[in-house]
Amino acid sequence: MRYIPNTKQDCQAMLQTIGAGSVDELFADVPGPLRLRRALKIPPALAEAELVKRLRALAARNADADRYNSFLGAGCYDHFSPAIIGHLVSRGEFLTAYTPYQPEISQGTLQAGFEYQTLVCQLTGMEVSNASMYEGASATAEAILMAHRITGRTEVVVGRAVHPEYRQVARTYAAQVGLVFREIPFTEAGVTDRDAVTRALGSQTACLVVQYPNFFGGVEELVPLAEAAHAVGALLVVCVAEPIALGLLKSPGECGADLVTGEGQGLGTGMNYGGPALGFLATREQHVRHLPGRLVGQTVDRDGRPGYVLTLATREQHIRREKATSNICTAESLIALMATIYLVSMGPQGLRAVALQNLRKAAYAKGRLGKVPGCGIRFGGPTFNEFVVRVAKKPAAILKHLLKHDIIGGVDLGRFYPDLADCLLLCVTEQKTREEIDALIQALGGVR
Amino acid sequence: MNGPERTVGTQGLVFNEPLIFEQGSPGRVGYSLPPCDVPEKPPETLIPPHLLRGPIPGLPEVSEVDVVRHYTRISQWNFGIDLGFYPLGSCTMKYNPRVNEDMVRLPGFAKAHPYLPDALAQGALELLWELERYLAEISGLDRVSLHPSAGAHGELTGVMMIRAYHQSKGNPRRKIIIPESAHGTNPASSALCGYQVVPVKSGPRGVVEPEAVAAVMDDQVAAVMITNPNTLGLFEEHIAEIAAIVHAKGGQVYCDGANLNAIMGVTRPGDWGVDVIQINLHKTFSQPHGGGGPGAGPVAVRKHLAPFMPVPTVEKTGDSYALDFDRPKSIGKVRSFATSFGVMVRAYAYIRSLGAAGLTQVAETAVLNANYIMHQLKGVYHLPYDRPCMHECVFSDAIQLRHDVKTLDIAKRLMDYGFHPPTIYFPLIVSGALMIEPTETESKETLDQFIAAMREIAREAREEPEVVRAAPHTPRVSRMDETRAARQPILRWKPAH
Repeated sequence: MRYIPNTKQDCQAMLQTIGAGSVDELFADVPGPLRLRRALKIPPALAEAELVKRLRALAARNADADRYNSFLGAGCYDHFSPAIIGHLVSRGEFLTAYTPYQPEISQGTLQAGFEYQTLVCQLTGMEVSNASMYEGASATAEAILMAHRITGRTEVVVGRAVHPEYRQVARTYAAQVGLVFREIPFTEAGVTDRDAVTRALGSQTACLVVQYPNFFGGVEELVPLAEAAHAVGALLVVCVAEPIALGLLKSPGECGADLVTGEGQGLGTGMNYGGPALGFLATREQHVRHLPGRLVGQTVDRDGRPGYVLTLATREQHIRREKATSNICTAESLIALMATIYLVSMGPQGLRAVALQNLRKAAYAKGRLGKVPGCGIRFGGPTFNEFVVRVAKKPAAILKHLLKHDIIGGVDLGRFYPDLADCLLLCVTEQKTREEIDALIQALGGVR
Repeated sequence: MNGPERTVGTQGLVFNEPLIFEQGSPGRVGYSLPPCDVPEKPPETLIPPHLLRGPIPGLPEVSEVDVVRHYTRISQWNFGIDLGFYPLGSCTMKYNPRVNEDMVRLPGFAKAHPYLPDALAQGALELLWELERYLAEISGLDRVSLHPSAGAHGELTGVMMIRAYHQSKGNPRRKIIIPESAHGTNPASSALCGYQVVPVKSGPRGVVEPEAVAAVMDDQVAAVMITNPNTLGLFEEHIAEIAAIVHAKGGQVYCDGANLNAIMGVTRPGDWGVDVIQINLHKTFSQPHGGGGPGAGPVAVRKHLAPFMPVPTVEKTGDSYALDFDRPKSIGKVRSFATSFGVMVRAYAYIRSLGAAGLTQVAETAVLNANYIMHQLKGVYHLPYDRPCMHECVFSDAIQLRHDVKTLDIAKRLMDYGFHPPTIYFPLIVSGALMIEPTETESKETLDQFIAAMREIAREAREEPEVVRAAPHTPRVSRMDETRAARQPILRWKPAH
């Protein structure tokens, strides 16, 4: 086996040194009846060439965004990833290192982590970010638990325009400790109903949770929501599933958010059938000791040279055990590095430019779709790169028809919202050409 | 050997490199975008102007060359498996096959959207379905959820399933028994599910005694959570008896599978009476650690817990595969979408590359390598539990403390010899622990070099302890002031005014 260097002779020599007759003797502590006295029922080893063939065959049976004209978004976005990202994160020094417990020989990972934390703060308008979470939904759940710890309160007010999977994950986490959820409807503009929010908020509310832009692509007005939450002593948790939007939209921090969380996958890390992705979680300095996850901090070495370490570990499970802020330890360091490289490559101009292209292309598609017979734009409010289309025929039938043209026409919202069972959620990123959008319009015109 | 000069720990040209924020120049760009092929409407006409921001201040303005050089340079300040021996106990730092990285990047995997209709994702689903079968066979259990994003996330999911199971019987119960040698994630995951932790001590042989469990087991205990092989690198030889004690009172047996690499193909948790185990794909199945993730922590369960698995599961009907969300007793979801698919591709590729015989050889070689190191360093370093180990061995600094040299000093000095230090000060039940896990992907020559370096450091501790106490001497930076980092936290760069 090419991954196992020791030969039979090496093993013999080692056994002799140890004074054992066989490897089997080393397993003497495993009681006989518990031993598996047969080979595992797993196919025999494949040579590298056979493996590549097998995996290529499997990959070929998936409809990737290179071969299909896809309008899927809904929390996972097809953005262009510059070649240098893949090359730089393939460096063995980044790829094959562990969590930087030994800072003297981990300064690369640590400095990159410090840069990542800074970039998340710049993007979200917050003061402090941790070094990464698993992905957007569990990061949102952890943000809610954090708000619960900070306020000591047990109710969570969450908009129905928050990603349905994020809400489901938050409920799964929160159910363990008995938090109560109140869901807020959306308006005809496709944003969270502010009056309903005000009615639901109270002295037991730990936090209000909204998505920005929301699941329907709608741009929430955060300032009045923050004011409403703060008026009852609750925190505003803003979750962002499409970080590219923050290249153009006012930062949640500027609008009064107390915690900003979400998904960094859009920052050039690829779709990968949904994972691994990149959760982020940022907050105000005053709450830093309630943050879950790793934190990189700047310090100096014995000789006064600047450098970085993991810090404030007294929040964490390996020190605090059952009293820790979370059980999270290792999260998504390498994906955070991908997002870091993406953001610094784009810079202030590039990030704005790519966000603008998303906005304009989606606006173009939205404008044209609104005029296709049998289609209508469902919500009246402003949107970023996603929008909801109400269709006269069954969404499933429309998607099936589009597939004949190699078009994947978005998400059938009936899957998540029975009240939107006649709707599709479409996403248009900078990757879509006008030609591809026009092909969608043309194919939709042909739906009978 | 005489000092580190003759070993592998030497340096090439290493650069100083400021933060990326301190580089660049206004107007410099590192990106390209195709021209916009739709009408370029002013953003204010599409989004109310008060919701818009300008270019983000502080983002660096650098060229592509700047970015490549910056991250290449700082990468060189890292140690990784590709550079050398990384015997970080409990973390299983084995070689990460490069072909697996290529496979993840195939467009059919990398550019597949998670909401593809199942009919358009048959390759991905088939891979997941087969991987589940392999992991079930290795663990000796019935079903495996590929949903959780990390080992700790898998623990949390497993405990949630146990809670849902007890709840379905009318009482979620209040407590979970956890040995003191456990990883901190075990109590933390239990606490996230509202359970009170009941600690049990290990016996004199370093393993949990059935009597200790029996003494605290009652009908309010939801589960015992036990790591096997444990964090001392020892096989919990009474595991079957402990399982019987817990089952007799209606409890569940959770096995922390962090150390599955030691026993793969030799013995199976399902055959010991275990009901749930999380499998750390970034350890046993060689997912690269990436400086701290991504990993994944699939959870294998016995049949009676399968209804509580998170959604979706992957099911096969005839020749076609589908995601199943219709599971009424499911705990729900702990992440968006189905799984960390890229991690699953690597695990699948790893298992197929090793095959049945290779997987068993992994465990046997890992155990042989650890025993070899243990034997060669016994007496030079204090071995608190002197008996054959599994995939890792735990020493302490008791001998070196006589010369006022402690575990941290030994760890730092190893860097000068070109090795990553072992895990230190864990498990907590051994004072000054040095936890060494060689893995199967190291040759005898490498192990001999490491052993020689450890012996040399022991000599230094006796004869020139100040050299050890001042280590490391080779890396770009010396010991960092961690107290200062925690007392005056600087957690982000800010522009100088």
